[in-house]
Amino acid sequence: MEKIILLGDEAVALGAIHSGLNAGYSYPGTPASEVMEFLIRQSDGGRKYVAKWCVNEKVAMEEALGASYAGQRAMVSFKHVGLNVAADPFINAAVTGANGGLVVVSADDPGFHSSQNEQDSRYYADFARVLCLEPASHQEAYDLTREAFDLSEKFGLPVMIRLVTRLAHSRAPVVIREAAKKNRDLKYGYSPDWTLLPANARHRYQVLLKLQEQLKDYAEGCLFNRFSPAQNGSRLGVVATGLAFSYFQEIYPRLDFGPAFLKISTYPFPEKKLLELIDQVDEIIVIEEGYPFVERFIRGVAGIPGKIIKGKMDGTIPASGELTPEIVAGALGLSAKTGLSTGNFQLPARPPQLCSGCPHGDTFQALNEALHGYDRANVFSDIGCYTLGALPPYKAIQTCVCMGASVSMAKGGAEAGVYPSVAVIGDSTFTHSGLTPLLDAVYSNTDMTVIILDNGTVAMTGAQPSFGTGEPLDRMLVGLGVNKDHLKVINPLPKNHQLNTGIIREELAYHGLSVIIARRECIQILGDKKRS
Amino acid sequence: MTYNLILAGVGGQGILSIAFVIDQAALAEGLYFLQSEVHGMSQRGGAVQAHLRLSETEIHSPLIPQGEADLILSVEPLEALRYFSYLKPDGVVISSRSPYINIPDYPPVEDIYREIKRAPVSLLVEADKLAKEAGSLRAENMVVLGAASVYLPLREENFKNFISVLFQTKGDKVVNTNLKAFDLGRQAAKGEF
Ligand code: SF4
Repeated sequence: MEKIILLGDEAVALGAIHSGLNAGYSYPGTPASEVMEFLIRQSDGGRKYVAKWCVNEKVAMEEALGASYAGQRAMVSFKHVGLNVAADPFINAAVTGANGGLVVVSADDPGFHSSQNEQDSRYYADFARVLCLEPASHQEAYDLTREAFDLSEKFGLPVMIRLVTRLAHSRAPVVIREAAKKNRDLKYGYSPDWTLLPANARHRYQVLLKLQEQLKDYAEGCLFNRFSPAQNGSRLGVVATGLAFSYFQEIYPRLDFGPAFLKISTYPFPEKKLLELIDQVDEIIVIEEGYPFVERFIRGVAGIPGKIIKGKMDGTIPASGELTPEIVAGALGLSAKTGLSTGNFQLPARPPQLCSGCPHGDTFQALNEALHGYDRANVFSDIGCYTLGALPPYKAIQTCVCMGASVSMAKGGAEAGVYPSVAVIGDSTFTHSGLTPLLDAVYSNTDMTVIILDNGTVAMTGAQPSFGTGEPLDRMLVGLGVNKDHLKVINPLPKNHQLNTGIIREELAYHGLSVIIARRECIQILGDKKRS
Repeated sequence: MTYNLILAGVGGQGILSIAFVIDQAALAEGLYFLQSEVHGMSQRGGAVQAHLRLSETEIHSPLIPQGEADLILSVEPLEALRYFSYLKPDGVVISSRSPYINIPDYPPVEDIYREIKRAPVSLLVEADKLAKEAGSLRAENMVVLGAASVYLPLREENFKNFISVLFQTKGDKVVNTNLKAFDLGRQAAKGEF
């Protein structure tokens, strides 16, 4: 029995490898990046299986789907908001169905550790009508991923694994089992199921609807869903999903009453088991990370006559933020211990900030100075280390919404009368989702300035490769139709401050589309290169 | 027995390296453990922390409940204070003395020391000086680990084994620097108590 130490993300990755994974695809994003980091490290340079970073999550999802159609076992992983980007192929893959096992890993970020929202991927699985598995521990992350591949092939559907930050980014020993043989034959040819012409799609959707009963049956018998009846006449029932169950499990021995409990690790969830629990109790507490997904089902519109239902919707558990042992203990009526206090001592916050010497800092300084004197300007920005430019001392950007949005919003802003309308976007974010809106701006020759911060890497998530950096990026821009006279490259260094400010000022003044590339390598990867 | 410890510092100070050594040592000694950590945005010079729980029986919660940490190990004094609410009434604080000042409102460092000393057991280690003596300022984290190792329910040789494993790809010199840093930290703590 071999035990190895794994991050939750890595437990999923190893589960996939041991399922005979043929191909893994991903785009970096906290807290999901370490799934692909691990797959790449273990792939023996891609000889064991394909493991690749992709240009964005939609592309990653589609590449995995292509591999699945070819009969191969494929996995795609990303953070929860990445699923928004991949939503189109994800939802439609449920209609076409999968051939080789297709597993979609979506890592939610309750508590906003490194994200712009707290969306709950379980809704997406429900929306697509596919099975979603939610591990409660590292061991389950490994075991359920192995199960997911088998289930995907059994039902002919993609299967989602839902993670949350606290599981994705914690480490524990995991017992691993013998790896399955990799014996997938490549399948050539096609199935009419994969061409979603309305006639085919109608047929496939009926298949998907019929499968729902089978998914429910699976949930009812699945050993990862566990029901335990009440002890000592307790009239309380606890419903806990995924990692929330682990918090409950920790507290359970401290309770002097023995509540009934249902652990949920699959969606659809086991309705019969849930009804059994409801039947035994007067009060139900629902504990889950993310949105009150199960709680809403239980409550319905009218609640359950004669029963009290507690959870996120009545404030027993905060509606937002991640669970903590204190919150779960409190919901069960236990008082939390108090630790030492620092009394009146004022602890200043220490927010993240750009590394000292970061090229973005120099670009922001030049941009701020170049914008001086304009009173109808807006700097639309994007997602990456440079989002920290919103904070002092720079206060250089005014938006961060979603990947690539800076360019599109700058165009919308310009057309609404913002001047200068500026977009600030990193090289990787640009190839992820900035190319298409830039084409829009080229087509209209919009009066706006796009600044591409080309630091040569996906810095924020740990220096993954960038698809459009350096010379190829320049050619890409020319290829898109950017006017060469208004395509400038600056080197953001303190000694170039005057020069760079001047160039930016000139392009702001130009009434048409300008693109400025601020090119200097991220000092973190520069440091790594020097050390190695 | 569950031993709860909080690792604290500023992004980039090598908190995860400390966690790696303790995790591996725990596994080698047949203990269960669960260790949460911080990736992503906070790693850019922000406050970072890891919760590390060791036990002879299975552990479920990845987070330490408030008031239940046995030890706070911090590579930065202000950061040690940030997690005081997690400390047990008889908890221990081991922190580096050297402030990492990257915020405008950093309090006077003497005030921070005074606050730390309010913990029932505390030790402020001259981590910068000892790391320099060991051969590199970057080894401050291993100095603090060395000092804390006196309290942790793990054997000295296991810490050292996994410090070697952690740094082996960087060459013998780096390994030895870090081992020495660990030793100096450990001696400092022993001399103190
Ligand atoms: S990691 Fe690179 S891009 Fe990010 S703040 Fe540091 S230097 Fe700048």
